[in-house]
Amino acid sequence: MNLKLRVWRQRSAAEKGKMVTYEVTDVSPDMSFLEMLDVLNEQLILNGEDPVSFDHDCREGICGSCGVMINGRAHGNGLFDNHPQTTTCQLHMRSFKDGDTIDIEPWRATAFPVIKDLAVDRSALDRIIQSGGYISAPTGTAPEAHSILVAKKDSDAAFDAATCIGCGACVAACPNASSMLFTASKVTHLGLMPQGQPERNDRVVNMVHQQDLEGFGGCTNIGECSASCPKGISMENISRLNHDLLGALRAGARPKS
Amino acid sequence: MAVSGIILVLYLIAHMVGNLKLFAGAETFNGYSEWIRRIGEPAVPGQTVLWIIRVVLLVAVVAHIWAAISLWRQAKRARPTQYVARKAVAQSYASRTMRWGGVILGLFIVYHILDLTLGVANPEGPGSTPYDRAIAGFSNPLVTLVYVVALLALGFHLRHGIWSATQTLGQSNRTRERTVNAFATVFAVVLTAGFLIPPLSVLVGIIE
Repeated sequence: MNLKLRVWRQRSAAEKGKMVTYEVTDVSPDMSFLEMLDVLNEQLILNGEDPVSFDHDCREGICGSCGVMINGRAHGNGLFDNHPQTTTCQLHMRSFKDGDTIDIEPWRATAFPVIKDLAVDRSALDRIIQSGGYISAPTGTAPEAHSILVAKKDSDAAFDAATCIGCGACVAACPNASSMLFTASKVTHLGLMPQGQPERNDRVVNMVHQQDLEGFGGCTNIGECSASCPKGISMENISRLNHDLLGALRAGARPKS
Repeated sequence: MAVSGIILVLYLIAHMVGNLKLFAGAETFNGYSEWIRRIGEPAVPGQTVLWIIRVVLLVAVVAHIWAAISLWRQAKRARPTQYVARKAVAQSYASRTMRWGGVILGLFIVYHILDLTLGVANPEGPGSTPYDRAIAGFSNPLVTLVYVVALLALGFHLRHGIWSATQTLGQSNRTRERTVNAFATVFAVVLTAGFLIPPLSVLVGIIE
């Protein structure tokens, strides 16, 4: 199949970017979206042009490195009725038609500055994790698994939240550029487990404080995040974060400054 | 946003029920209006409760607007460069119009107070009875149209607002989500319909 791509090209964070049109020919429907971009880059290199930068690593939909806006949707999620929510690397070209024009843009948020072309700096999410997305556990041999019991309901919900791969699609899709779904999934994931209890109040307060410091927007519960999330993280996590936050503030927890 | 919104919603319920007294005739409606001014008498001087309600509402409205503007500015700062192509996946008409709908409601409330509370924007003028003001205002199709547009905006605002407030206060979860959303829709429709019935009844001549 032959495609017309309109790709965001930006040489560096300091320079202005613009959409540039490229033609890609002989794309196999079995290629992943990233393989199609590889084909484009081979063409560009052969022509002596600068290849398009984009983040990628596992190409199995589990690392969270790749992620671009495809036709105005994060990872292309929501573009195709019968396509499961997934990452850019797991989107295959059979989802497109011969002759299609595809717009490809980087995540856009103040907290995600563009490094080059489609690659953005998502270390703001790492700093949110550093501010509270951890538990304190004694080191040594692994404890007997049955020594701390976890209710099935809680372990299921924690596991669902833990599927977050930190790709940033929630921020990219949010009309407010809020990182609430990301932070909420971490707060839920750790807050529902017995091991996460000692830091539970400080965690939520510090993580919410950090996401404000990073320049993310506020959550207005629109739901674009959840609908764009490759892992389908649910909006209930945001409610749980707010529940924990109100409880923590009542208990006197305040962010470390 | 959520707490101030809940205060305003509680007031809206009472306001909507009170409006329906227009059907009971001029005497009952004007009497109801008088009663609001006398609540608590003689334990407290006249209009005390009325003014407490007004102050609480004013504080809630100011807090609501302040929170909305902060969120709006924060969102603008969080994404100064817009997407060249952006298509929504999940957002509803209600959630998309929260901000501008809120602006419309704010302007409407100013007009509404000038029209029916103070009477200065009403054909009957300030000295008239509440019943006469309502009849005179809503007999004009243009005035009724303004009210209809504003009340529809209110309906959409409540539809998303109730759901969003439940989330913000941490009271939603996967099983409750459907119920909360269904309740928000039903509540918004009932309240909007309740508010729309009196003005439209005046316009078509059911109330005279």
